[in-house]
Amino acid sequence: MNSNEKQELRIIACKARLYALEGIFNAKSGHPGGSLSAADIYTYLYYKEMKVTPENPNNPDRDRFVLSKGHCCPSLYAVLAMKGFFSLEELPKLRKVGAMLQGHPDMKSTPGIDMSSGSLGQGISAACGMALAGKIDNKDYRVYSVLGDGECEEGQVWEAFMFASHNNLDNLTVIIDCNGLQIDGTVEEVGGLEPLDKKLESFGFEVFKMDGHDFDDIEKAITAAKNVKGKPSAIIAKTIKGKGISYMENQVNWHGAAPNAEQYEIGRNELLAQLNELGGTL
Amino acid sequence: MAELVVKATRESFGEALCELAKTNKDIVVLDADLAAATKTSIFKKEYPDRFFDCGIAEGNMMGVAAGLASCGKIPFAASFAMFATGRAFEQIRNSIAYPKLNVKIAGSHAGISTGEDGATHQCLEDIAIMRAIPNMTVINPADHYEMLGAVKAALELDGPVYLRLGRLAVPSVNNNDDYKFELGKGVTLRDGDDVTIVATGLVVREAVLAADELKKEGINARVINIHTIKPIDEDILIKAAKETGKIITFEEHNVIGGLGDAVASVVSQKCPVLLKKCGVQDKFGYSGPAKELLEIFGFTAPGIVKEVKSFLA
Repeated sequence: MNSNEKQELRIIACKARLYALEGIFNAKSGHPGGSLSAADIYTYLYYKEMKVTPENPNNPDRDRFVLSKGHCCPSLYAVLAMKGFFSLEELPKLRKVGAMLQGHPDMKSTPGIDMSSGSLGQGISAACGMALAGKIDNKDYRVYSVLGDGECEEGQVWEAFMFASHNNLDNLTVIIDCNGLQIDGTVEEVGGLEPLDKKLESFGFEVFKMDGHDFDDIEKAITAAKNVKGKPSAIIAKTIKGKGISYMENQVNWHGAAPNAEQYEIGRNELLAQLNELGGTL
Repeated sequence: MAELVVKATRESFGEALCELAKTNKDIVVLDADLAAATKTSIFKKEYPDRFFDCGIAEGNMMGVAAGLASCGKIPFAASFAMFATGRAFEQIRNSIAYPKLNVKIAGSHAGISTGEDGATHQCLEDIAIMRAIPNMTVINPADHYEMLGAVKAALELDGPVYLRLGRLAVPSVNNNDDYKFELGKGVTLRDGDDVTIVATGLVVREAVLAADELKKEGINARVINIHTIKPIDEDILIKAAKETGKIITFEEHNVIGGLGDAVASVVSQKCPVLLKKCGVQDKFGYSGPAKELLEIFGFTAPGIVKEVKSFLA
């Protein structure tokens, strides 16, 4: 991609972080850490990669996206709203009574959400089902699913991985947002996931790695994953939990906590400064 | 009269899938390494391209079913009732029922009549678990004919359905030529005004035999077959409560959360009458031949006669 396109993606991702932070602040609850770590990945998928349009969000031939780590939806909602799946006015109502945007994704209420998710380990199985449906019907759509690294402690994730490779689901690309943290501490302390690449390879995946905040790298990995034939692909995305807000970065306590007014101002100003530097405006 | 068929409802389920798949191209069938037992093997043989064995991984199977349904397929996901509704409860709740996806869940080897496999495989809680989930329809067919109708009705309903399947071959009770399965409708199999016996599943036929026996002794028992436990036929139950004043329920399930509680919930709120719940009394089962267990646990006609008499005494 050229530098203009890259700049554009950075601006969108920065805005997604701003909207996510605002929504979580308004709701006085939510999960900022993982929403910020995955924002660039969502941005790339919806703005550069996936064949899906807000005018026809249920097109049977569209590419599909399943956010298996459903709690990291605030920045996904922001990307979908900016893309036009629903109004930007929905974003500040996140998690409020009567809101379209639920605390975890609800495919029934939110245009653009392909699967309800939030209970960890379940989204990836649904993504496998979507990929299988594509194979049955000889359709050429692709299915993407973003999982958390902590989420990979769920046994169902590995049931799904076995299923994906057993059924040669090469139309499925799994992206694991490895921000290294989960609620109770680092993923290595709590669950012990490594060596993730070897585990995925032994489960029959073609494995790629990327810097989940570098759009060149994201493009390279996703393009390579798309070209894998005969087996599913997995991308290990190295990311920073809380990316973009200095006091949240790599801090375990920002997994599921909302900022107070003072913290919100600091975080918002940091993101606005980044947006300004990129030449973007809200 | 239609032919009396002695067949396990799991077998009828497998046959129904094959029949319906002839005209419905969206049907796909999933199993978790139990196809030979749930009888989805019958479908697998006819339609190998539409059958997917998910291996011994029920949680993933339910999620895969949800994904397939979101793409327009109509998946029937089968396993033993124990693993389908127990192991995969939360996948059914969150991935299937919450988004109201068009997945049909088949739980075979339900109840005490699973037999020799013993307590770990005799699911006595599946109805309670599935009933408690919003958007879920729960059907427990009594015999071959009812299962054929139930699978068709499940297919025609756009939304999640739980179908309870039995392992044991049982004689059919719905042998009338004009038999028609109506989802959500109870069926009065014997009329009477001394007491109402409400039964579900394989106990229905025994309840009919029991009512015939009771009649000889001057007790006129009404027998209502409730195949659709959710949504339950409130009208037929309220009418029975009003006209007979006493209700006794029989189910091959724990008395907590199953048919008895579903009936009690209607009657206690709309027309309170004395009600007795017969079933497995909050206990686990144990190994033994199915027929012996059914006798011991009181699910045969003599056991039902005894319970009804003591209820009326």
